Amino acid sequence: MNFSEVFKLSSQLCKFSPDGKYLASCVQYRLVVRDASSLQILQLYTCVDQIQHVEWSADSLFLLCAMYKRGLVQVWSLEQPEWHCRIDEGSAGLVASCWSPDGRHVLNTTEFHLRMTVWSLCTKSVSYIKYPKACQQGVSFSRDGRYLALAERRDCKDYVSIFVCSDWQLLRHFDTGTQDLAGIEWAPNGCVLAVWDTCLEYKVLLYSLDGRLLAAYCAYEWSLGVKAAAWSPSSQFLAVGSYDGKVRVLNHVTWKVLAELGHPAAVSDSRVVVYKEAEKSPRGSLGRPACPPHRAAESRYEVAEVPVSLQTLKPAADRANPKIGIGALAFSADSCFLATRNDNVPNAVWVWDVRKLRLFVVLEQLGPVRAFQWDPQQPRLAVCTGGSKVYLWSPAGCVSVQVPGEGDFQVLSLCWHSNGDSLALLGKDHFCLCFLETEDGGGSALGPPGSLT
Amino acid sequence: MGDWMTITDPESKNLSQYTSETKMSPSSLYSQQVLCSSIPLSKNVHSFFSAFCTEENIEQSISYLDQELTTFGFPSLYEESKGKETKRELNIVAVLNCMNELLILQRKNLLAQENVETQNLKLGSDMDHLQNCYAKLKEQLETSRREMIGLQERDRQLQCKNRNLHQLLKNEKDEVQKLQNIIASRATQYNHDMKRKEREYNKLKERLHQLVMNKKDKKIAMEVLNYVGRADGKRGSWRTGKSEARNEDEMYKILLNDYEYRQKQILMENAELKKVLQQMKKEMISLLSPQKQKPRERADDSTGTVISDVEEDPGELSRESMWDLSCETVREQLTNSIRKQWRILKSHVEKLDNQVSKVHLEGFNDEDVISRQDHEEETEKLELEIQQCKEMIKTQQQLLQQQLATTCDDDTTSLLRDCYLLEEKERLKEEWSLFKEQKKNFEKERRSFTEAAIRLGLERKAFEEERASWLKQQFLNMTTFDHQNSENVRLFSAFSGSSDQDNLTAHSRPRQKPHGVSNGAPVCSSKFTKSLPASPSTSDFCHTRPCVSEHSSSINVLNVTPEEAKPNRAGRECASQKWSVASRPGSQDGCCSGCSLTYTNSHVEKDDLP
Repeated sequence: MNFSEVFKLSSQLCKFSPDGKYLASCVQYRLVVRDASSLQILQLYTCVDQIQHVEWSADSLFLLCAMYKRGLVQVWSLEQPEWHCRIDEGSAGLVASCWSPDGRHVLNTTEFHLRMTVWSLCTKSVSYIKYPKACQQGVSFSRDGRYLALAERRDCKDYVSIFVCSDWQLLRHFDTGTQDLAGIEWAPNGCVLAVWDTCLEYKVLLYSLDGRLLAAYCAYEWSLGVKAAAWSPSSQFLAVGSYDGKVRVLNHVTWKVLAELGHPAAVSDSRVVVYKEAEKSPRGSLGRPACPPHRAAESRYEVAEVPVSLQTLKPAADRANPKIGIGALAFSADSCFLATRNDNVPNAVWVWDVRKLRLFVVLEQLGPVRAFQWDPQQPRLAVCTGGSKVYLWSPAGCVSVQVPGEGDFQVLSLCWHSNGDSLALLGKDHFCLCFLETEDGGGSALGPPGSLT
Repeated sequence: MGDWMTITDPESKNLSQYTSETKMSPSSLYSQQVLCSSIPLSKNVHSFFSAFCTEENIEQSISYLDQELTTFGFPSLYEESKGKETKRELNIVAVLNCMNELLILQRKNLLAQENVETQNLKLGSDMDHLQNCYAKLKEQLETSRREMIGLQERDRQLQCKNRNLHQLLKNEKDEVQKLQNIIASRATQYNHDMKRKEREYNKLKERLHQLVMNKKDKKIAMEVLNYVGRADGKRGSWRTGKSEARNEDEMYKILLNDYEYRQKQILMENAELKKVLQQMKKEMISLLSPQKQKPRERADDSTGTVISDVEEDPGELSRESMWDLSCETVREQLTNSIRKQWRILKSHVEKLDNQVSKVHLEGFNDEDVISRQDHEEETEKLELEIQQCKEMIKTQQQLLQQQLATTCDDDTTSLLRDCYLLEEKERLKEEWSLFKEQKKNFEKERRSFTEAAIRLGLERKAFEEERASWLKQQFLNMTTFDHQNSENVRLFSAFSGSSDQDNLTAHSRPRQKPHGVSNGAPVCSSKFTKSLPASPSTSDFCHTRPCVSEHSSSINVLNVTPEEAKPNRAGRECASQKWSVASRPGSQDGCCSGCSLTYTNSHVEKDDLP
């Protein structure tokens, strides 16, 4: 496992291009494009203000930089550095900007969600979509880039519009039986749209591409409902995490619950492996004075004896957005594993075996888990906790890796390269790359025997 | 109590003494009481009593005593006076008698008093005891009464509490109801407010939209150096009805594809499951059917299902193809049969479980231990046998090797072969003589057969002659009858004729078949004995039957001979096997012919049946 040198970064804006060749990162008002493997700077673009959002087009030819404060979007071309495009939303303001899947249209959401503007880079045409809903996840493109589902709010009712992305024609428009729609997401096969209601009410609706209601699911009433939802890459399962600390897995045939995955703080099943992060004893570090002194002590995983009780957080019940329930969940690329985080057990990541629908592994970290992401190629999970370490889990085992470098590099977020060979670790002002495939092709990322327990 | 009694006894004696003394005195009760109260006073009392009779008042006291005694029914102290005036004299005898009687009486009284006193004491102690008991019981009663009162009080309190709690619960429920109502009303209010706000918000948005968008905002613009080509290289198309239809088409195509894909997957899954189910069914049937055929006590329904399954089996092939066509028609059947099988299997397994548990229960008895011992003995025996067998095998192997070794050198083998030949020659001679004897026997039998056949032929001829004469007579008689009778007769004759024909066919058929048999069997047997009748020329079946049976018996005799010869051979060396192999086919053939005979017989019988 190799680490690159540390580069500057602002606002954690660092993205691999979809084809995996480039890496874009932002430093204040500058956009730097590097080669993803050699990390040599290929292009350098200068925007008019501090960049707040950056996004690659799907064909990796263009880059979009949004400056919300100015209501400006600047688009850069990788092939023609001199080409430029500048979209000004003027007094309407700008709160969100994204590419359409064809990479030739920019979708801007104006302030107060007055409308959505679709700017074409091919023609002069501009389209407007009125009444987009201001919600958690109101825009969803299908995986094949054909369709756009958009949540709308008109006359105090929720609607979903499905557009054909090729010509922005409205294909379907239907109202959803939600109180206050909170999110929509396409199934990866692009045939089913999952819609969930606001947290005040547990409601998950499933619509077909042609607008038919396939199923409605409600697990319970009178309590805070859905917090997060995720499709499995095979479109077979929809995992719904809710405020009651459970993940419910719906199947794609009957749309009924296959399993209720509870997240109790006490793990008692003897089949579950609990990896507990433990700080290495200071004697070990004293024994190696040659090592540069780190502020954070090195750590390693130990297999804890079940039953294990995990550290829990007492949520403040009188505050809004209480820290309870399943706030994050993600399927692995092969749909075999599901990683979840229960917000009132902030230090733990649960990994579930989807084939057996039971808990497989629990990782208990020393600090609260900030982010986790699956390797896009294999069942391998990267976790960061805001410390100077990155953690990797695979069915073979679990490893904790200290990010080398001067000073304290706090990993706040991470993102995988599309081939799963490298991993970008994003800190507050810096980022670095972590190459998992060693040059000699020998050991994998989980190879270091010293850190394995 | 006893102790107490013994302690009080002396006292009572004392008391009795004094009381007895007092009884004698005419003194007042008072003095008695005084006496009783204090024992030390007794001396004074004596002195006081001594004053009763003095020198002066002897006469008076005597008279007093006399009076007293007479009143008590004693005889007078004085002598019977003849004259009234005469002074009565003291009768000393009477006095003494009186004294004695008094003393006896006194003693009696003392005894009685003692008894009474002890009884009194007993009663007194009993009384005390009872009083104690009474007091105790009273106390108990009191305490229990108090307890009861306490409990009643507590009960009352609890009831009070309960009532209070009920009240509280009711209040709480009311509260909950109220709160729910409040929540509901708040929710509706909130929703209403939300809607109002949202409407206002929408209005504002609308207004803002108008203000911001409709004013020709120069700022809202896109500056592009030059327009880029589309990713797919095509030019943008206009939105028309056509494109709309195309989009719809595409959407449905995608949906259809998805459904098709899913259907395919489901079909595949179904096929797999069907396969598994079918295999399971087959295995179940194969597992269950042999068990059911053995124990007849099985439930009827189970055998019924088996029979039905057996009946279904012939259609299996056609059904398998049917399954691929549609599940609907077969599904129910399949699931039903599987369910039945499963039930049977379940019951069977349960039975087995029961048996096992029974065995386990019985396992604690001695029987099991004994059986275990038996087992051990058996195993030991078997092991011994195995060892023996191994040894046998070893020796055999050794012999074989020796033999091989011996066959290697030619000289010894030729010698051995010679001696073997000699032995075999002898054996052949023996067999030859046996054969000859058999041949003689057969010839005898044949002669007897031919004689019997000739006799039979003669008899038959006679019989036929008789029959012809009889028929002739009948015919002559019939000619004398009228038409109807003749018709009846004709019918009868037709019937008889048909029956004859039937008989004929029945005869003719076996006649042909046994021909085959008789042809087959003697051919086989003729290998051994040329003297056997090649084929029974007599066409009568009755005749051939015994013939066949005799053949078979003769074959049996033949079969016996090589087998008898076997033990002789077993003792010899293996080199003689060549010859035995040569002789064996004959015996095998004999067996075969026997088999074929029985087979053909059965075949004939079968043919006869319809």
